[in-house]
Amino acid sequence: MNCRSEALEVSVEGRQVDEAMLALLHTILLHRSTGKFHYKKEGTYSIGTVGTQDIDCDFIDFSFVRVSSDELDRAIRKAVGEFKDAMGNGMDGMGQISLEFYQKKKSRWPFSDECIPWEVWSIKVNVVNLANEQERQICREKVGEKLGEKVINIVEVINRHEYLPKMPTQSEVDNVFDTSLKDVQPYLYKITFQITDTLGTSVSTTMRRLIKDTLAL
Amino acid sequence: MMDSDLSPQDKKDLDKFIKFFALKTVQVIVQARLGEKVCTRSLSSPTGSDWVCHNSFLFSQLINLPVPFFFPERVVDSSLIKLKYFHQFNLAIKDIPEVTHESKKALAGQLPGIERSMCVEISLKTSEGDSMELETWCLEMNEKCDKDIKVSYTVYNRMSLLLKSLLAITRVTPAYKLSRKQGHDYVILYRIYFGEVQLTGLGEGFQTVRVGVVGTPIGTITLSCAYRTNLAFMSTRQFERTAPIMGIIIDHFVERPFGNVGHMHPCNYRAPGEDEGAYNGVEDSQEVCTTSFSTSPPSQMGVPGKEGGVPQQVPVQPCHGAQAEHRRVSSCPPADHVPATPSSSGEDAETSSRSVGVKSGSPCGVLETTFTRKVGAFVNKPGTQVTTASLDLPFAAFAPRAYDLEENDPMVQPPESSATSSPLQGSLHSQGSGESGGPAQDDFVMVDFKPAFSKDDLLPMDLGTFYREFQNPPQLTSLTIDVSSQSMAEDLDSLPEKLAVYEKNIDEFDAFVDTLQ
Repeated sequence: MNCRSEALEVSVEGRQVDEAMLALLHTILLHRSTGKFHYKKEGTYSIGTVGTQDIDCDFIDFSFVRVSSDELDRAIRKAVGEFKDAMGNGMDGMGQISLEFYQKKKSRWPFSDECIPWEVWSIKVNVVNLANEQERQICREKVGEKLGEKVINIVEVINRHEYLPKMPTQSEVDNVFDTSLKDVQPYLYKITFQITDTLGTSVSTTMRRLIKDTLAL
Repeated sequence: MMDSDLSPQDKKDLDKFIKFFALKTVQVIVQARLGEKVCTRSLSSPTGSDWVCHNSFLFSQLINLPVPFFFPERVVDSSLIKLKYFHQFNLAIKDIPEVTHESKKALAGQLPGIERSMCVEISLKTSEGDSMELETWCLEMNEKCDKDIKVSYTVYNRMSLLLKSLLAITRVTPAYKLSRKQGHDYVILYRIYFGEVQLTGLGEGFQTVRVGVVGTPIGTITLSCAYRTNLAFMSTRQFERTAPIMGIIIDHFVERPFGNVGHMHPCNYRAPGEDEGAYNGVEDSQEVCTTSFSTSPPSQMGVPGKEGGVPQQVPVQPCHGAQAEHRRVSSCPPADHVPATPSSSGEDAETSSRSVGVKSGSPCGVLETTFTRKVGAFVNKPGTQVTTASLDLPFAAFAPRAYDLEENDPMVQPPESSATSSPLQGSLHSQGSGESGGPAQDDFVMVDFKPAFSKDDLLPMDLGTFYREFQNPPQLTSLTIDVSSQSMAEDLDSLPEKLAVYEKNIDEFDAFVDTLQ
């Protein structure tokens, strides 16, 4: 099974990074979260209900819907915060944050469980610096429109109804879903990021070059 | 593999899913246009009314056997079968009873199907009575069938996914921002109709966004939105429900700007601080669902014979299929379910006698009042004079009447005529009289101000006297024309003498300059 990969790109001002990332990540997770499964006797199970919540952005003319789960929101905010810190505050730069949905495949000892991604969303972020308030106001509106387009793109991909993991039995639910949250149950996911400096070189590439140069001496 | 024909149970389930999906679609769209943020809680523990999925359904996925969604006879607790609309499709979407009622009326016992689309039209109506369609959401079905799809699981889950997509997309179209700002100037209305999709009211260059599709054994359900991109206001509309108004007229004094909206329904919302809804016919049970329209006090309303009033017309809507009644809908605040109380006459409900959407703040009211423009200091334009005590001004009774206030003020031209009464709109222009400004103290109301302990034995004057005494201080002598002209002449005469003195002391000046270097 091949992992499905989707790429999105946005250009934002430094202070808009948080909200832009939250908007896109929450939109994806809204579609990739279900209610909590409650398994019962005789093999029956029931599914909880997913609530939704409107969020207004402060620095972007945009509103989005997220799952009503404070735990999930905290987890996403933490990841976005780390990404933004790595990007630097208000400086020009590029970075990429990835949301990967995966399944666990149990392995025998001594091997650890294998994580097999089935869908990866990569959001490339270009951070720009603006000179004056007028530009910021224009940027506020433009970024709002762009995020709207990205939401439409996300919905379009989601509704292609391509591969989704099968609904698991009770013993295998932790291999497919993140059951640690108490109110909702997203598919297993992880968020990673990669920072690129203004020269367009990733930090990892730079480190690789340094090591090579050192070994060559 | 499933047979090409659906089993009766599957057909029954599919019809049920399509019906509930259609109802939930309308709820999501209308609630997204109420102007409020929507918030529902996630419930981890399902109530006794949730759907129950039998585990044999999971087994069926493995061996591809057709399995009904639930086996009533095998469920431990039969009450688990009971449906609770709130939790349908495992999404917490509230049901506004009026919206459900209107949806069911529009459906009239039918289901969306091939060539039977269900549409939700969102439009904007201003306080002046102009209206504009903003978007049309269409739930359609085409003939492309997916006969292998499992109704009880896949179709259900994909419908749930599509509702989530709808939640996301409804916040992205331009009408969302407009609906969040609805209030005094305009309201957002919705209309549900069944049958042929009508997009002509969206103007040229409308855009379409597809929310998603769900394949079913009887056809593919498509949910899409066509939205207007040209938001420039058009005065004549296909669905014009008021007298044509050319251009945009800001008229603050129309009694019923939202009087008749035909069979459109407002997406009301409750603005903070508002007490009552603006429409007659709002049931008491819907009192919490107020509109955002503030009414001007009666004294500021009702200019007789004012043009632009909304006539009581019944619009003719050229659409097929059932239409929703003329009713008003109230929004439900979160966690509340307002009981549905349909009103019988929607037209009457819409034709409110209350004034809505009027921009208040114009300080005018009584027709016989003549308004003046106060002229600031050093302004040559003559102003006019307030001539009546009916103005809502402090101490209006003390306002100077028809006498010349400018005679002592050299900066203002003397008045040419006394103030005359005029219609309200005309009175905002200058009447040509010069009665404005004047001695500063005469513009103020003379009130004997005697605060306690204010008398000063040292200076035998009270505060009012002191104020008057020092309000117009004498001009500085150095700034008077005579003084300046005199000093200029003296300076010119004394110039040669001064030059002679400076030449005599030139050595001292050179020494001073040397010390500075």
